[in-house]
Amino acid sequence: MENVNFLYDLLGKNVISVLLIVSLPLMFVLVYALIAILAELKVSAWIQERLGPMRTGPWGILQPIAEVVKLIQKEDITPDRSSKLLYNLAPFIIFTGAYAAFAVIPFSEYFVPAGINLGLFYIFAVGSISAIGIVMGGWASNNKYSLMGAMRSVAQLISYEIPAAMAVLSIVVLASTMNMQEINKIQSGWFWNWFIFGGPGTLAKLWVIPFTLGLGLIYFISSLAETNRVPFDIPEGESELVAGFHTEYSGMKFAMFFFAEYANMFVVAAVLTTIFLGGWNSPFGDFMQGPFWGVFWFVSKAFTVVLVQIWIRWTLPRFRVDQLMYIGWKVLLPLSFICFMAVSLYVMLK
Amino acid sequence: MIQYIKNIWAGLSSTFIGMRITWKHLFVKKVTIQYPDERFKLPEKARNRLYLEMSRCNGCNSCAIACPVNCITVETIRVSPDDPHQEVHYNGKDRKLWVSRYDIDFAKCCYCGLCTAVCPSEAIQHTTEYEYSVYNRESLLYKFQTLTPEQVKEKERLLAEFRAIEKVCHPEGDAKPAEKKVVDKKTE
Ligand code: SF4
Ligand code: SF4
Repeated sequence: MENVNFLYDLLGKNVISVLLIVSLPLMFVLVYALIAILAELKVSAWIQERLGPMRTGPWGILQPIAEVVKLIQKEDITPDRSSKLLYNLAPFIIFTGAYAAFAVIPFSEYFVPAGINLGLFYIFAVGSISAIGIVMGGWASNNKYSLMGAMRSVAQLISYEIPAAMAVLSIVVLASTMNMQEINKIQSGWFWNWFIFGGPGTLAKLWVIPFTLGLGLIYFISSLAETNRVPFDIPEGESELVAGFHTEYSGMKFAMFFFAEYANMFVVAAVLTTIFLGGWNSPFGDFMQGPFWGVFWFVSKAFTVVLVQIWIRWTLPRFRVDQLMYIGWKVLLPLSFICFMAVSLYVMLK
Repeated sequence: MIQYIKNIWAGLSSTFIGMRITWKHLFVKKVTIQYPDERFKLPEKARNRLYLEMSRCNGCNSCAIACPVNCITVETIRVSPDDPHQEVHYNGKDRKLWVSRYDIDFAKCCYCGLCTAVCPSEAIQHTTEYEYSVYNRESLLYKFQTLTPEQVKEKERLLAEFRAIEKVCHPEGDAKPAEKKVVDKKTE
């Protein structure tokens, strides 16, 4: 089925519309990253009973802009013994990897940059680009902390990719499509049609709900690990590795890592929203349902997920490496297999 | 197997407990004081910058002796009876010693308050002023003497003259110690 894209309808399929479609998510990411940085600062402050930034603009809302300006102004240091090409390339590769995933994210019924049929598969494929960038950055820095951070990061990414993939595959089984737009359309209607509540179906779906809830949780936990966020931030655990793979980076290149992290957070939140939380669908049937409201619902759902990520960051301490591997291989993986079986059984019986 | 499930449950439930706690903390009243805009109320006996009320100070030097870090320097000149300029203390008594120099080096001061405790006339007191950061240490040397250098010279001359006359009048019986300059040795 052909995906609808309002810009193609509006401008026809030409260079301008293509460029617009490519750059729209970028603008979104930039604005979103600023808001997410502010949210991070404020939420952390409030949880610790502080006020957070208060002096840049009213209530400190201009603080992220000040931080970005500061980062851009800073001297860009390249270590003498680093491998220059790889070192300079790494931040851009990581950001590219994070941004490439936006191509298939359905923001609304009428807007998905590239509605390919293998959307979910594509997300997992480009997700690995970041891992390459991290290894490049860590290796090229010629610094033991960077290298160790990079190795830990890749070990973690590989370990948690599998439970995340199992969770996503279960939903693919349930929806019988990998096209993210299609998955969204299946979940329309009330919120009990969302895949986290077993997807649309009769009361017979009741027994599968615990499994889909578990899958949602598994995907959320693995996505935390994939974005290197607390409690899975051992690749950049500052108390042991200075700053992990980006120890040597400064200035604009550090800003790229920063943006990539926030962009990645949004990507996993968007995937979670799309496959579990109904994407751009309104939770209340036809109430506020439509292409424009779709953007609103999608962004607010995804941003809520991002906020939960931030909330968790300021709640939990960091895992040890062995605990991390234990959770990845011995807890999440078997549980995701069990849930996968259960969901497959449900689909067979349906 | 039971232990495994228990562990998972413990991990999940403790996460939720932790999240509930942080959620509550999101909404409690914040402890931050927006410093330049709002201020911390000083305790009643807060010890901050010192102030010397020269009209009360009789130049006894107790404060300089009491100070554990030697940041007070007091120099005095006896008042010559011929001096047309005479002063009365807050308690109505005549001034016996001119305080020609009274320095407090706040770069050294540790705000222990011993000087205020020993002062017999409560001339030296703590104020509530605590924001006086400066860019160089010299600016922290506060001079509290009220006499100008010219006046000090004048007083010294008057005293010397008076001494000379006294020597002439009572050549034998001057048992009193001569002009006594009180300087804290350790300071300079
Ligand atoms: S407060 Fe203490 S340190 Fe400061 S001048 Fe007085 S005696 Fe000296
Ligand atoms: S103790 Fe008091 S009266 Fe004596 S010199 Fe110090 S400030 Fe003056």
